[in-house]
Amino acid sequence: MSALELSSVGKIYGGRRALHAVTARFEAGRVGAVLGPNGAGKTTLLSILSTLVSPSSGTVRWDGAPLERGSPLRARIGYVGHDPGLYGDLTARENLRFFCALHGQDATPARLDRLLARVGLADVPADASARTFSRGMQQRLALARALAHDPALLLFDEPSSALDPAGAAWLQTELAAERAAGRTVVLVTHDLEAAAAIADHVVVLRRGRVVRDEAREGGFQADALRALYREATGD
Amino acid sequence: MTDAPAPGFVRQALSIAAKDLRIEWRSREVFATMTFLAVVVVLIFSFAFVVEGARPPAPVVAGILWVAVVVSGTVALSRAFDREREGEAIRSLLMSPAPRSAIYVGKLAATVCLMLVTETVLTGLCAILFATGFDEMLARVALLLALGTVGFAAVGCIFSAALLRARGRDALLATLLYPIIVPIVIAGARGTAQLLDLKPDLEGARFWTQFLFALDILFITAGVWAFEPVVGGD
Repeated sequence: MSALELSSVGKIYGGRRALHAVTARFEAGRVGAVLGPNGAGKTTLLSILSTLVSPSSGTVRWDGAPLERGSPLRARIGYVGHDPGLYGDLTARENLRFFCALHGQDATPARLDRLLARVGLADVPADASARTFSRGMQQRLALARALAHDPALLLFDEPSSALDPAGAAWLQTELAAERAAGRTVVLVTHDLEAAAAIADHVVVLRRGRVVRDEAREGGFQADALRALYREATGD
Repeated sequence: MTDAPAPGFVRQALSIAAKDLRIEWRSREVFATMTFLAVVVVLIFSFAFVVEGARPPAPVVAGILWVAVVVSGTVALSRAFDREREGEAIRSLLMSPAPRSAIYVGKLAATVCLMLVTETVLTGLCAILFATGFDEMLARVALLLALGTVGFAAVGCIFSAALLRARGRDALLATLLYPIIVPIVIAGARGTAQLLDLKPDLEGARFWTQFLFALDILFITAGVWAFEPVVGGD
């Protein structure tokens, strides 16, 4: 089974060490949550996994192949951040068509309709620019953009931070569907409730170090996850 | 999970340029500002330097034209990556399989197209106001303008990308860009002046055209090489 492996990954920004020898393994068909207080290095870790930033030390491998900046494996990664990563002046379909074109994916009207329907945007007006969408709709469109090239690895950075409870619940259902589809899902979040609802593997970072790495079949209870987090971080 | 082959460099660059031009066509926001500024510059200089009834000297006309090109081009460059900054679309773009050089070439192509449209208006206005030899030399002046625009945008797109997240980027862009584009402006203005003169110096203009072509190759090569580290997250 494919896996994303981090081996002694470190990152230094201008003399400040953001990550210290992080070692972890995220399996396909699981949702891994990276938790930690502000400044723990979660976003830096996700930037390294998304190949936008190179580690100062250590290696990241996916299916045994190095996952590094400029790697062709980048084409198999889907990313959803707290910002939607869309062109606000383009319509939903134009956004999807553009990113499909960059990935060499089929962008027929029927496929775009299927993608939009999958994220609950089937009825979105054809001429409405993405800027006019609600935050929840933008996040749904961001997920459609991330799924448009059928990625094997999905990275999420605080995806539910601007979503209302209904939107957050929808996102959890989507994450569960992606896990069931056999994708490797890595989620960075502050939200312990959201992590407990979906994650079956938790990595807790504190000051750039892994202070807890635990996987549980069947996932985590919210209380148990809170206790684990408090014990690991002291917060 | 499929592994579709990524499209070629040219298709990716064209997709990026087409996306930028589609957005601009819809809003015409940057084009309107560029053209307005260019027209204002030409009008101000024409009132200041041109004596009624007399044909202005060719170097004056060439200088006015190229100052207007630089001013309006700076507006285009300062907005070149605005759409990428908004909503962090740059991240989605950088995570696509498009090589950084294709992103650079796509942004460059869109900026050049936008500038050339403004320059068409600008050249027409100069021809009307200054009644110099634009008619006879139109193709040669257009070639000089096109080559100068490519070099200007090649350098400018790099700085525009580098300043994507900088505060005060508009002021910084001009400060960083202008010293480097001095050779382009000198070559363009000198070549244009030689073409618009009462006795056109075609040999001199050919030299400046070749000089601009060489600068374009240099600046585009440097841009392709520099874009990756400039937009990288390290």
